[in-house]
Amino acid sequence: MLKKIVILLFVTCFACLNTVFAAESGGMPQLNPEFWISQIFWLIITFGILFTILTKVILPKISDNLETRKSQILENIETADKQKEESQKKIDEYEKIILESKLKAKSYFNEAREKILDDINKKRAALEKDLDEEISEVEKELSDLKNKSGEKINKIAAETSAELIKELIGEDVNSSSIAAIVEDQSKINKVRKDV
Amino acid sequence: MASNPMYQFNVYRIGPEIKLGSVDISFTNASLFMVISSLAILIIFNLGAKKKTLIPDKLQLLSELSYSFVAKMISDTAGSKAKPYFSFIFSLFMFVLFCNMFGMIPYAFTVTSHIIVTFVLAAFIFIGVTIIGFIKHGLGYLKLFVPSGVPMVLLPLIVVIEIISYLSRPISLSVRLFANMMAGHTMMKVFGGFVISLGIVGGWLPLSFSVALTGLEILVAFLQAYVFAILTCIYLNDALNLHH
Repeated sequence: MLKKIVILLFVTCFACLNTVFAAESGGMPQLNPEFWISQIFWLIITFGILFTILTKVILPKISDNLETRKSQILENIETADKQKEESQKKIDEYEKIILESKLKAKSYFNEAREKILDDINKKRAALEKDLDEEISEVEKELSDLKNKSGEKINKIAAETSAELIKELIGEDVNSSSIAAIVEDQSKINKVRKDV
Repeated sequence: MASNPMYQFNVYRIGPEIKLGSVDISFTNASLFMVISSLAILIIFNLGAKKKTLIPDKLQLLSELSYSFVAKMISDTAGSKAKPYFSFIFSLFMFVLFCNMFGMIPYAFTVTSHIIVTFVLAAFIFIGVTIIGFIKHGLGYLKLFVPSGVPMVLLPLIVVIEIISYLSRPISLSVRLFANMMAGHTMMKVFGGFVISLGIVGGWLPLSFSVALTGLEILVAFLQAYVFAILTCIYLNDALNLHH
């Protein structure tokens, strides 16, 4: 396969060279001076027009475009930098404000807490005072009642026992003696209860 | 056998014969392709320069990229002093490039494959550069032929060599472009002829060669235009910034 390709290549090259040499015998049209002047003439005209139009019209426009683009991009970068700085400033301000407000909030909170605590303490003190007063009052009443109740019971007991004796015997008994007896009895009862 | 591969370089008259005195300046197929190339350049770059938008469209981008490409090429090789010659080198580069590229279209005529065209361009560049050199440096421009740091014994020889190399610049510049274009197009024609003569059996090999050659020739078309422009820049650099 490889051999075939190499042989084919050689054949082609040989044939190629043959044709080129055959053509050479016909001469190069480039060396025929018949149209040289015409070619020079038209070259000068076309290249001259091309050069003039490119120089006067098109190239200034392109360089203008490039310049304006460059300056515009630079401007944009500048404004972007400015805006960045501004935004950085704003961010700083914002952070400052947040910090301040945080501190304020903390102080407000502390104040409010102190106030409330004060209030609570005051109210508690008042309440305790009230409660103490009431308790002492009630205690007084209770002690009063306790003191009075013994006498009353003795009185009632003496009255009822006097009436009972009157019913049973039909005769009035000295109330003072009855009261003395009741007192003795209640004392004995009390001693029994205590025991 | 394949038709004559040199036939494509024939110049023939289009339209009537125009005579300026006794000189024949008729419009030929070569003139036609010069006009077509110039018109194409003008149309493309005019469209590309028309709009002034921040974000360029395709044609605008093309024209601006070529502008900065040539500008960079000039500033790299000839420095900032060469700025006034930008538009000439730009037109030269574009003209040669478009002529080369239009030559790649089948049945089209390649303007730059004619020695007379490339020689006129090169001679114009040579004369222009020499005039610029003498205007900028006066007779001091002749120092170009006397390199510094050469022993006195060798100096006469070196000066002769330098003068010959300077005088051969237009020839080397024009022949380089012309020979490249002619050789490439001849090769393509020859291989194209083989595709026909070898037929469906053996024609595939030259056909694949032809395809590869087309790609190569497009590369050469660009490269030769670039070389032509950059050599102009280098000659201009010699004239503007005398190093010796």
